[in-house]
Amino acid sequence: MKETDMLTMRGIHKEFPGVKALSNVDFTLRKGEIHALMGENGAGKSTLIKVLTGVYPLDRGDIRVEGIEGAVINHSPEEAQKNGISTVYQEVNLCPNISVAENISLARQPLTKWGAVKWKKMNRTAEAALDAVGLKIDVTKTLGDYSVAIQQMVAIARAVDVQCKVLILDEPTSSLDDQEVKKLFEVMKSLKDQGVSIIFVTHFLEQVYEVCDAITVLRNGELVGRYDVAELPRVQLVAKMLGHEYDDLAQIRSQGGESLSGEIRETILDARDLSKAGSIKPFDLEIGKGEVIGLTGLLGSGRSELARLLFCADKPDRGELSFKGESVRAHNPIDSLKRGMAFLPEDRKEEGIIGDLSVRENLIIALQARTGMFKLLPLARQNELADKFIEILSIKTASAETPVSQLSGGNQQKVILGRWLITDPDFLILDEPTRGIDVGTKAEIQKLIVRLAREGMTIMFISSEIEEMLRTVDRLCVLCDRKKVGELKNENITQHNVMAAIAGGNQ
Amino acid sequence: MSDTLSLIKSKGRALVGQRLFLPLFALFLVLIVNVIKTPAFFNISIQNGVLYGYIIDIINRSSELVILAVGMTLVIATGGIDISVGAVSALSAAVCVRLLGSSYDNYATPMVLAILAALAIGMICGAFNGLLVSKLRIQAMVATLILFTAGRGVAQLISAREIGGKMVPGQIIYVRMESFKGIGGFLPKVIVPTPVFIAAAVVLIFYLVLTRTALGLYIKTVGINSRAGRLVGINSTFIMFLGYVLCGLTASMAGVISSSRIYSSDANNIGLNMELDAILAVALGGNSMAGGKFSLAGSVIGAITIQALTTSLYAMGVTADQLPVYKAVVVVLIVSIQSEELKRWISARGGKKA
Repeated sequence: MKETDMLTMRGIHKEFPGVKALSNVDFTLRKGEIHALMGENGAGKSTLIKVLTGVYPLDRGDIRVEGIEGAVINHSPEEAQKNGISTVYQEVNLCPNISVAENISLARQPLTKWGAVKWKKMNRTAEAALDAVGLKIDVTKTLGDYSVAIQQMVAIARAVDVQCKVLILDEPTSSLDDQEVKKLFEVMKSLKDQGVSIIFVTHFLEQVYEVCDAITVLRNGELVGRYDVAELPRVQLVAKMLGHEYDDLAQIRSQGGESLSGEIRETILDARDLSKAGSIKPFDLEIGKGEVIGLTGLLGSGRSELARLLFCADKPDRGELSFKGESVRAHNPIDSLKRGMAFLPEDRKEEGIIGDLSVRENLIIALQARTGMFKLLPLARQNELADKFIEILSIKTASAETPVSQLSGGNQQKVILGRWLITDPDFLILDEPTRGIDVGTKAEIQKLIVRLAREGMTIMFISSEIEEMLRTVDRLCVLCDRKKVGELKNENITQHNVMAAIAGGNQ
Repeated sequence: MSDTLSLIKSKGRALVGQRLFLPLFALFLVLIVNVIKTPAFFNISIQNGVLYGYIIDIINRSSELVILAVGMTLVIATGGIDISVGAVSALSAAVCVRLLGSSYDNYATPMVLAILAALAIGMICGAFNGLLVSKLRIQAMVATLILFTAGRGVAQLISAREIGGKMVPGQIIYVRMESFKGIGGFLPKVIVPTPVFIAAAVVLIFYLVLTRTALGLYIKTVGINSRAGRLVGINSTFIMFLGYVLCGLTASMAGVISSSRIYSSDANNIGLNMELDAILAVALGGNSMAGGKFSLAGSVIGAITIQALTTSLYAMGVTADQLPVYKAVVVVLIVSIQSEELKRWISARGGKKA
């Protein structure tokens, strides 16, 4: 361990049943630096943090902290805190129903010898702690009365207050607006000046370049590298996160469908100035009939949020949406369904499968909802549809009556896909339909998309795998930091252009 | 020989694996104990032109609970709970009796209208609960606690009578007309008690509505994954709301039957502790308290089991004040044999021995 190092992690291994979450990862945090930890979903960021703070036991590896002799192995977050490592999570995990001061000194209140709380002393300590992060607020007020940003600062103040050397901020900016983010950065910089080293987990590129000194990139549980921010252009960073070399210009777009470029398509969907605060900034989007449109961007860039507004899974704050030439007024999924839209959500478990229901029931439920409660589809028709789609999509299930929760992830995804295909939609939104499923099924789904588009269905396809998009889409919308930043068409859709667009923020 | 044995084994396993096996087994156990202790338990005779016997008594007395359990099943299936059903029963009974009046010569309001009014009150109470839970997202236990406490109070206010020139609430008001007793007793020339018919009709109608429309499927969907339900176009809020309204309706039906049994409205005692028995009936029927898949038949069996237990304990000479203790012991046994954890523990131990 060098003089300038605050924390070193060497050869970190962590395995979960069936998954190598981290293999041979090295991580070095210097004194007084803000260090970004980056990577896409499943890269191993949070596992690394959790191994460090003792949430998960370490399988193999060596962790050393400045000022502590020998290897440091934390068995719990409390122990990590004693060793000078504090964490602030994305969701504020303080108690909103008690005062700010109480929160800061929770579980370590100053007590009199009779066991009563020394309120005045506690309040003064709290004020001092908040002062360190540059915050002057009434500490006797209830925490829940303050904005999320302030609550986050209080959480940081509490974390720093326990003689902290290493502060971990796990996606602290996700729920903050621009002003609040600025304020947070000031606090981070002032902490840095006081000699605290900060690990900053985020997926907003903008912010990394604004506040960080160094970047460590992880991918699929392995270390890609450690870089100084000044020496790593954005495009390179995106390439490293996604796992493709920048100059890998190989034209992968091929078979796909013969793109119908040049032809003027009939507009099926038109969004003007549509937005929802805190999820997606205003955007315009016009989609032609029979088009396959892709949405790309890093995690948290607003891909899913945009799609959700189109399906009315979320209600927009403002803007105009029209579908098949008619202005959309009723903003409920059932209305979208009746208009001929379908939406396969990103989170299969939370929003897709209805676990205890059978494969048959899961397949017909959307059609049933559109038909109406009082017109139950006859059982014969249900069985016919279920058998048909189990065959078309080659869903592997013991029978149509098997609970869907007993199927593998890929087959569950096929069931949800089948659920929407049964409704014979005009516009199908697929949000990460291939995540977490095997390669064979992925290829099947891609082929299906191309075939459906040829038959005249309009499809919106969202995926974090760029290659997959290149193979299937006619047009690609690029999103960055909750904003639609560009569109690529036909021959312009290349890995290079996509990465440049994601990284550049503007084309 | 070994073939036959394995066939019996596999058949046996299939039987045990059936959803309703355990609830039926529990009911069977209660009845078996009765036959041993009281040999005359299954005797049925006709006295005074009506059926008479322990079994008849159990089926008759369990009617209210069966009806309540049907409504409770729906609410629990959507992931909620309704602890106000007992109080709503009392309130509906009070409204019904108040409208009928205490005259010996005629009803103040035609009986049909009075009953309809009582049912309407039950549905309004259910709608109130449903609004709080589905729209305002208040926890079901808290939301229904409001009517649990207030419902009986309102029932007492409705059951006010003039005593010494002042209106005193909480009086027992009697209905003097004979025809009102038919609801909780016997109809002329019919040997089966009327509540049994009502309970059977309620179960049948709910069963048909749940299986012939998509309502049953919707309720299960909302209970299992309401967010997924919303995205496939199911109005989760409305389905939850509807569950509470139907539960209120069944509570008022039970209330009217109870008041007819004693041809009066007793705001303090009608439906007392019935909410707990109704929830227990649903649980004994093998339904998950977390919502989702449900079995109406299971709840009905559960309700009959509870009444069988009560009646048989009385038959064995247990006094009313000690009844809950014995009941508790038996309930603990019944829910234990249904516990997955216990099954796992036993099979793990069995595995070790082998």
